[in-house]
Parts: sequence; C-alpha cells; structure tokens
Amino acid sequence: MRPELLHLPLALFCAPLLPGIINRVKAFFAGRCGPSVFQPYRDLLKLLRKGAVFSRTATWVFRAGPLASLVCAAAALALLPLGGLPALVCFPGDIVLFAYVLALGRFCTVAAALDTGSAFEGMGASREVWFAALAEPALLLGLAAMARQGGELSLTGLYGSLEPAVLLAPGGPALLLVAAALLIITLAENSRIPFDDPDTHLELTMIHEVMVLDHSGPDFGLIQYAAALRLWLLGALAAGLLLPVRTGRPWLDLTAGLCGLCAVALFTGVVESVMARLRLTRVSQLLAAAAAFSVLALMLVRGAP
Amino acid sequence: MGAFLLSIGLLAAGGLGALFFSRRSRLAGLFGAGGALLGAAVGLAEVLPALLDRTPRPLRLDWGLPLGSFSLALDPLSAFFAAPILGLCAAAALYGVEYMEAHSSRRSLGPSWFFFDLLMASMLVLCAARDSVLFLIAWELMTLSSFFLVTFEDEKESVRRAGWTYLVAAHLGTAGLFLLFMLLSRQAGSTDLSAVPALSPLHADAAFLLALVGFGTKAGFMPMHVWLPEAHPAAPSHVSAVMSGVMIKTGIYGLLRVLSLLGAPPAWWGWCLLAVGAVSGVLGVLFALAQHDLKRLLAYHSVENIGIIALGLGVGLLGRAHGMPLVSVLGFAGALLHVLNHVLFKGLLFLGAGSVLHAAGTRDMEHLGGLLKRMPWTGSTFLIGSAAICGLPPLNGFVSEFLIYLGAFYAVVAGGAAWGAVAIGALALIGGLALACFTKAFGVVFLGEPRGEKAAAAHECGWPMRLSMAALAAGCVLVGLCGPMVLFWSSGTLLQVCALPPAAFQSLLFGSVLPPLLWVCGAGAALLAALILGALARAWLLRGRPVGESGTWDCGYAAPGPRMQYTASSFAQPITGLFSFFLRPRERASGPEGYFPASASYATETPDLFRERLYEPVFSGVLRLAWRLRWLQHGRIQLYVLYIALTLLVLLLWRLG
Repeated sequence: MRPELLHLPLALFCAPLLPGIINRVKAFFAGRCGPSVFQPYRDLLKLLRKGAVFSRTATWVFRAGPLASLVCAAAALALLPLGGLPALVCFPGDIVLFAYVLALGRFCTVAAALDTGSAFEGMGASREVWFAALAEPALLLGLAAMARQGGELSLTGLYGSLEPAVLLAPGGPALLLVAAALLIITLAENSRIPFDDPDTHLELTMIHEVMVLDHSGPDFGLIQYAAALRLWLLGALAAGLLLPVRTGRPWLDLTAGLCGLCAVALFTGVVESVMARLRLTRVSQLLAAAAAFSVLALMLVRGAP
Repeated sequence: MGAFLLSIGLLAAGGLGALFFSRRSRLAGLFGAGGALLGAAVGLAEVLPALLDRTPRPLRLDWGLPLGSFSLALDPLSAFFAAPILGLCAAAALYGVEYMEAHSSRRSLGPSWFFFDLLMASMLVLCAARDSVLFLIAWELMTLSSFFLVTFEDEKESVRRAGWTYLVAAHLGTAGLFLLFMLLSRQAGSTDLSAVPALSPLHADAAFLLALVGFGTKAGFMPMHVWLPEAHPAAPSHVSAVMSGVMIKTGIYGLLRVLSLLGAPPAWWGWCLLAVGAVSGVLGVLFALAQHDLKRLLAYHSVENIGIIALGLGVGLLGRAHGMPLVSVLGFAGALLHVLNHVLFKGLLFLGAGSVLHAAGTRDMEHLGGLLKRMPWTGSTFLIGSAAICGLPPLNGFVSEFLIYLGAFYAVVAGGAAWGAVAIGALALIGGLALACFTKAFGVVFLGEPRGEKAAAAHECGWPMRLSMAALAAGCVLVGLCGPMVLFWSSGTLLQVCALPPAAFQSLLFGSVLPPLLWVCGAGAALLAALILGALARAWLLRGRPVGESGTWDCGYAAPGPRMQYTASSFAQPITGLFSFFLRPRERASGPEGYFPASASYATETPDLFRERLYEPVFSGVLRLAWRLRWLQHGRIQLYVLYIALTLLVLLLWRLG
C-alpha cells in the first residue's frame, strides 16, 4: 500500500480520540472517573441517528455551514503529513492552501451562526473572526520561518526534512519558538482554554460553542467531528515540530507522530485543568505574542545551506 | 485597430444618441446601454486576440494640434486592462437600464448615459494611447465624465461635497502626471511614449515617485485614497461598480506602463510599493470594518485590494532587483490576476449593494437584515463575491493571493527574508480582517431577521440586474477553477511586465508557476465536488427523519426579536477597539438611566484618519493663505481688464527682451 494513502483514513478514523483524551485528563485532574476515551465516537453515532430542528429564521446557509466546515477540515487533512507519512497531496505553496481552506471553513461556520439572528451566536461569531484575524499571521509567519530553515515550500517537504539534527543545527533552536506559536494557535483555533471554555454551554464567555447553539442532530454531529479534525490538524503541526523522530522505519515514525498528537492532547487537557480562561482583552495579547514568536524565529533561523 | 476604433465610435454614437433623446428616458437608456453593449462586443473581438499578440500594429494620425498626435497601439499590457473595462462596463450598462429607471420620473437620464459611454471610451483610449498628450486628454476626460456621473443626484448636499472632493483629489494627482510626462517628453524630445530613452538614475527615480503619486491618487493608495470612500457611495451603483472595478485600475495600468519605460528598477522602488501596499491593505480593511454604510465599506475595500496589488508589484520589483526571476514572475502574476479578480468581485459586490439599495431604500447596514430570503439571487451572488474577496478557495481571489504568497515564500527561502516576511504578514493579516469584514457585511445585510420595515418589504430585482450579477459571479467561480488557463492568457502581459528573456520566462511559467496553480485549482474543484457529495449524503441521512422548524433558541428567552440581533457595529467592535489607535472611532452613547429605563442609544462613526488629520489642516491652511490674496479679486471689471493688459505687456517685454 502506498504510504500517502494511509494518513487520511487514519486521521479521519482516529481524530475523535483526541477530545476523548482531553476529557479523560480533565477528569483525572478533577478527581472524577470521567467518560471513556471512546465517548466522542458514541456521541457522534448517536447524533447521526437523530432528526433535526431548524430555526424559522435560518436559510440554506445555516444548513450548509456544518457540512462545509467538515469538508474544509478534511481537505486540509489531505495536505497534512504525519510522522514521516507524506500527505496525500503536496506541492510548493500548499502551506497557503492549508491556511485558507481552514479559513473557508471558518467563513461557513460564522455565516451559519449569523443566519440564526440570535444575539448569542452573533457574539460568538464576532469573537471567532477577531481571534482568527490575529492567529492567521502568526500561523503563516511561523510556517515561513520553517520554510526558511528547511528550504522547502510544502508541508510534506517541510516536515519530511525535519529531524533532530535540524533542530540542533545553527538557527535550529529558533524553531522551538515556532512550536510555541503553533501550540498557542492550536489552542486558539480549537477554542480551548485559555481562549474559550468548551465546557460551558450557556454563558456569554464562549466562542465556538455559542456559535453552534442552534444546530441539532446530524449537523451537530458534523460540527463535533470537524472540531476533532481541526484539533488533529493543528496539533499535528506542533507535534511534528517538537517530536521529529526519523528512524527510517515508517511504522516507528508513524507511532512517534501519533504519540506526539496524544502529547498535544495531554498538554491541552493539563492546560484546561490548571488554568482559567483569560479575560477577553488579554486574548489579543497572547495571539500577538504568538505572532511575535513567529517573527523572532524568522529572524533567528539561518536559512537553508 | 479597426474593431477597436469601431467600438469607440459605437460608444460615441450611443452616448450622443442618449444625449439627443434625453427627454425620453427609455430611448436614452436604449442608446446609452446599447452603445456600451455593442461597443463592448466589437471591442472584445479586437482586444482578446491582442492579449497574446506580441507584435502590435500601431495606429498614428496627426491631428493638427501643436502638440502630440493621435497614436494608439494594443500590446498585451493594454489589452489586459482594456478587456475588463469592456466586460465590466457591459455588465454595468445592462444593470443600469433597470437601476436608473427609478430616477427617470425625476430627471433626464440622457446626460448620465452620455457620460457613462464617454467614461468607457476615454478609459479605452487611455489604455491604448502611446502619446503623452493623448494620454493626458483621455485621463482628463475620464476624470470629468466620472465626476458628472458621481454627482448624478446633485440635489443632495453630501453628493455635491463628495463630487468636489473627488474633483480636487483627481486634479492634484493629474498635476503629478503633468510633471511626469513633461519629464519624459523632455528626455525623449517628443511626446511619443515609445521614444523615451534610457533615463539616468536620478530622472528615473523622479519619474517613479511622480508616477507613484499621480497614478496612486487614482488607484487609491493610502494616504491618497480620501476621495474613494466619498465618491463611490455617492455615485449610482452601476457607476460605483465601474469606477471601483476598472477606473481605479487605470492607475495601476499607468504605473506599469511607466515602469516598463524606466528600465531596471532599484530595490527601493520595490520597498516603496511594498510599504504602500501593506499600509493600504491593512488600514483599508480596518477602516472598511468600521463602516456601517454598505457602499462605503466596499469603497474602503477597494483601497485594501489595491494594497494587495501593490504588494504583488512590490514583490515583483524586489525579485527583479535582487535577481530572483521566479519571485518576480510570481509577484507580477499575482498582481495582474488580482487586477482582473478585483474587477469581477468588486463589480459584483457593488452591483449587489445597488440592488439592496434599490429594494430596501437604504445603505445603512443597521437597518438591513434577512434579505437572502427576500432576494435569493442578489444574496447568493453577494455571498460568492464576499467569499471571493476574502481570498477563499475555490474562488478567484485565492488564485491571485496564492501567487503573491508563493512569490513571498520563495523570497524568504532564497534570501529575501525581510521583504518576503513583510508581504506574508501583511497578506495574512489582511486575509483575516477581510474575512471578519465580509462575514459582517454579508451576515448583517442578508442573514438573520430584517432590522427595519423597508428591509422586511424588500423584493428581488428584475432580470437585467440579476443577469449582470450572475455573469460576474460566474466569472468569479470560473477564474477560481481555471486559474492556470487565465494565467496562460495573461502570459503575454506578464512577459512584458517582467522584462525577462522569453525562453527563460516560458520555462519558469511552465516549470514553476503553472504546476502549483494547477494543484490549487484542482483542489478547488475537488472541494466543490466533495461539498456536493456531502450535501447528497446529508440529505440521504435526514431522509425519513423528523425535521422540525422552530424559533431561534435564545437561551430560554421567550420573545426574541429582530432588535436583539447583533448589529454591524457590535460585530466589528472587538477589532475596531483593538485598532482604535488608527481608527479613532467616535462614540455617542446615552446609557439607560433610572430603575425603569425607557430608552438608550449608542452610535459610532469612524471618519477617515487622513482626511481629518492630514488634509483638513493642510487645506484650511491653504485657504487662510488664499484669503490674504482676496484683495486681488474684488469684482471690478475695469481692474480685471487692467490685469490682463499688464500681463500681456509683461509677456511682450519678456518676449522682446
């Protein structure tokens, strides 16, 4: 079997494990038993079997939103390499397509939220686009720093050429700044603490959960699934940079990649257990810090020989 | 050149016919729009083949004036800018037939159609002109005809004010162009543009700066953009579409034409354009985000898109200056395609805004809402335009932004990290903010519940308006899916702009530029296919299940109403608050008072920073100085005659002495 065909089904199948792990970690910290790591699968299956209720205000935009955001997340997965496995599709500049496909998904989610005419969903939508506008430069500049160090312009090329020696080469440690920026972006784009609280459903503090208040049944299932895929997407970027294991044996490398993803989920769970959500005015500072890390890394890396 | 001249002749005939029949509005519209449509069809027959034709056949006529000559030529660069002019003007003319009918009871439409055709003809001549004097005449005709189009509703004070702002700004820019062309024709010894010799570095730098200011004023580079947010909202919507879609692009055309005369660029020209692009792009979208007037918002977005074009040109020039041909080709290709793409989506969005204005009677977004149900055609096409202008795949905006990004990434890898990073950072920030801005524009106007009675009673427009919007939306999708083909058609222009040897250019184009673009467009098509399949699967999943309808869930509140929705101001507030240092929004609030508050209000307004802080102090200073000279002008005709006589005497003495 060709290795590039493997990652997409693997990710599509395993992504719901990540929120499962996060919930498990949070339960551990709170001293609860907590749900099984497979609980997200059960939730998804249940949601997919239900009927749906739509708002009288809503139009086809509302109905198309969840599906579009899922398709966009899946499309971005096709561009993503994992632990030595190449991506399904790779070409110079696919970095940009990756970022913009995610942006298309966001556009559809936000439009669907505004379609309900609810004050809460409008508020969530407004905050979502605000955070995203600040996270986008941080993401692309961070990837530009990696491109400068590795001399490659595709995600597969960038991550394929990474290995421990690259991180130790002159300028290499600066890539750790990129990893920090990517971790911050992962938390922001997936609406986790300290940006958003995924546990509260009916408070004014939240962003992503409030945007999907009106969705129900299979549509809500698609949204949950797309959220798990997004966690996989951005988590894999950060994990691939922090854990560049290249033994030459595909299965070992892949296992390392999967372990990295689990580590990102553990990290998220720990952050959510020990931190509170930031005040909204502080959020832009944290995202600006991520952008600053990326710019700093771009200045520090030495460039490809 | 025959068909091209015939097209200009048809436009002249249409315009004069409209003027002749100005008493009968139907006939005027028939002549005006018919001339534009026929002229466009005939003109395209000549212009499209010229896109790839590298041996233009110039036409040169002496016209008996002491200066200049009537000399035209259609090389690929001219054709690239002339083709969108023809296309968009045709769509706008079709749209205008229905749109202007509402005004026909109050005023004659003849002059408006005459100036529309004149504007179109002058832009065409401008693109093909090869003589400084002819170029300046066409430039001035373009400015004046668009001034009369902007001031169509001159009974409104705001429209007159906008018209004057436009006229003054345009002429300040033209002053720069006069200096520029005087410099060029002095060096060449004639007004013929093709006779310009290689300039010394000092002259070339001066010419570049004059072109940047002169053409930049028309294009809307910050801080010379102040006329755009005034003039675009004031003009009738099909005119706004033409002005924003193609007229401001003549500034970009002029800049490219002059750059092609100046020889190898030093790096600081590229830095200049990069800086101008980053500032225009970021501040343009920020100011757009703070507006509540739909057309004003779109006007600021033109500043943003011109900024993106300037970023592409900057990357291209820097690549050329640093000897990175691939970066240069990618930057220029992105900029050129963005010119075309902006024509499509901005034209579409202005027509959509006009259709909203036509149906709901207001451009104030705070009184709109829920129009997608009432105007499905306008709403759906506006959605396509919104996604395209945000640069989202699989639409056309992404194709051009992708090329500029790719150029900047190659630059980062190849050693131009500083300028590459500026371009990447600026484009990413612009992209994120544009997404915020257009989810706001589309969401507040078309989604949710109507926020006013007029919006609730809105109705869809008729088929001429629908047809022109649908054509432009189809263009957005087509260019998005067939990007490589469009780039191939513009390769003649690109070669001319990049000034590379043809063989090297071909190998770069086919080796490194087209393949990623093919992937991008293939991915876009796959995305669309996946969406359609997904929609079918979703429909199959919901088949036979209980699907109900209910009110929007408002967290237990029993009577949610349209007034409780998020508004345009509240949607944008977090971002405008964050950038309040640049935006300086003014707030007027009266909070609820007492135990049983009956009323409260909150309003924000974001005036233009540069207009308030830069131009108003300067112009009021000029006005104060001018008052000092007031004693010269007192209304006594005898003294005026004396002035004339004295002037003549001085001239005579100077001539004899």
